[in-house]
Amino acid sequence: MTPVPRARLSADTAAMDRRDAAWYVDRIAQWLVFAGGVSAIVFIVGIFVFVTREGLDFVLGSLNLREFFGSIAWRPTSNNPTYGALALIVGTASVTGFAMLMSVPLSLGVALFIAEFATGKTRETLKILVEMLAAIPSVVWGFVGMSIMNPLIIETFDVPVGLNVMNAGLILGLMAAPIMTTIAEDALKAVPDSYREAAEALGATRWEVIWKVVIPASKNGILAAVLLGVGRGFGETMAVLMASGHAINLPTSPFDSVRALTATIAAELGDTVQGGNHWGALFTLGILLFVVTFVINLTADIVVRGIGKE
Amino acid sequence: MVESGVGAGAGKGDRGPLYAEPPTIEVRDLHIAYGGRSALSDVSFDVYRHEIFGIIGPANSGKTSFLRALNRMSDFVTGMEVRGDVRINGKDIGDWRNVYALRSRIGVVFPLPVGLPMSVYDNVAFAPRLRGIRRKSELDDVVERCLTRAALWDEVKDRLDSLGSLLSGGQQQRLTIARALSQEPELLLLDEFSIAVDPVTTMRIEDVLRELRSELTIVLVTNLVQQARRLADRTAFFLNGTLVEIGKTEHLFEGRVNDERTSHYIEGRFG
Repeated sequence: MTPVPRARLSADTAAMDRRDAAWYVDRIAQWLVFAGGVSAIVFIVGIFVFVTREGLDFVLGSLNLREFFGSIAWRPTSNNPTYGALALIVGTASVTGFAMLMSVPLSLGVALFIAEFATGKTRETLKILVEMLAAIPSVVWGFVGMSIMNPLIIETFDVPVGLNVMNAGLILGLMAAPIMTTIAEDALKAVPDSYREAAEALGATRWEVIWKVVIPASKNGILAAVLLGVGRGFGETMAVLMASGHAINLPTSPFDSVRALTATIAAELGDTVQGGNHWGALFTLGILLFVVTFVINLTADIVVRGIGKE
Repeated sequence: MVESGVGAGAGKGDRGPLYAEPPTIEVRDLHIAYGGRSALSDVSFDVYRHEIFGIIGPANSGKTSFLRALNRMSDFVTGMEVRGDVRINGKDIGDWRNVYALRSRIGVVFPLPVGLPMSVYDNVAFAPRLRGIRRKSELDDVVERCLTRAALWDEVKDRLDSLGSLLSGGQQQRLTIARALSQEPELLLLDEFSIAVDPVTTMRIEDVLRELRSELTIVLVTNLVQQARRLADRTAFFLNGTLVEIGKTEHLFEGRVNDERTSHYIEGRFG
């Protein structure tokens, strides 16, 4: 064994316990990052606890489940108040459904174009434009719905009211499109080029490559993109409040006005007695929304994770 | 640059009956560049039916670019320019309006095995289905025949429904050969197929290629000089985007070369 010089050995022993600036910075950075990570959990649990606590009295006390899910009579301020949320649930579902009907094909088309066909400047410009679309505030979308779409729908389809499922659905579709496009494009881009080359070498046309190889290989990511879009649609409030007509109604056509869960909470919460039944009922709507969006996001997450397994 | 063996000038007499027919591939003045940077320049030679034509050379010598030009994979590579004539069976490949029909007559095996993300069966049935074959019995036949020819059938016949990408590297590479054969190609291009394959599997694949020689023409790009020696009837040596030399493999390995760089490379002094 080669003898270690004395001087170096003693120097190393001192270094073992040294707490220099780099050591402290490392420690502090670790704690900050840890706190940042944990705070996400703290906030989400905190919100859930808060919403649940506010709604719990009502849920345990006055809530009539059959009325809540089975009746459209949302009359919280009547002398004999009833809390039938069916119309609100159907309103949210119909607007979101209409939005997805418009938005899913559009978003997937844009994602396919960006990922598979566009090159260079076109590609970069499109990506930036899509991201800018995501940055438009929802109240601006609501304004577009009220002042542009409303007369347009009245004129085009010759209907009395332009604030309806179609209006809110179109607006919501455009709002959900950026996130769906971005995630779907990421999923398409994650398919290795070697798959494309292999299929092309077998004589597949570009469309056959996309349809038979790229899309099947990225189907999890695409599904996740759609689910996130649905989640976005479900939770959107302001634009839906402004564009849907905000009328309690079970829609039978896209031209019927509806009212959404989120819009109801936003419009009514300021006028209620804190702790009263109306207050509790609104928070119950909040719990419902929270659970639904949570399940949708969780499903999207699980689906995305499925990609790694294959 | 020395180009012995190009065209009629090299004399077909000493090559035996194999070369009596007109060549399968005729390459004339081929230039390939990526965004103005030359990758292969001024290459001309012929490949004959039922031969295994080896291409050796160090990295960046233009071997892979040449293969890409052959099935016009270059069409979709932005910035890749191809000039010159490539004729397959006398027809200029640039004249094929339907590039997909051209590609479906050429089988390609890539350096790293690419099991498409579908079952073993679907991998092999992919090209036949593209051609419109739908009958299960017909597809079954194709799948069994191609997997057998690629020496893989016995290993996968009980797991045809499992994902192709779950096979081992060597099995996947044979799967890609089976897939390439499924389109009944006239031409099989192999690009350094043994990079990710163990030696035993490499030998099995080489046996497969020797048998396939009787049915089709094979262009084998390889970074293993000894593999060219074992397999190729004739071998071309590419260096820095030029064709240095082309000749009967046994001649090259006996030292009968026109350019000493060839023997230096073969002997392993560089590369």
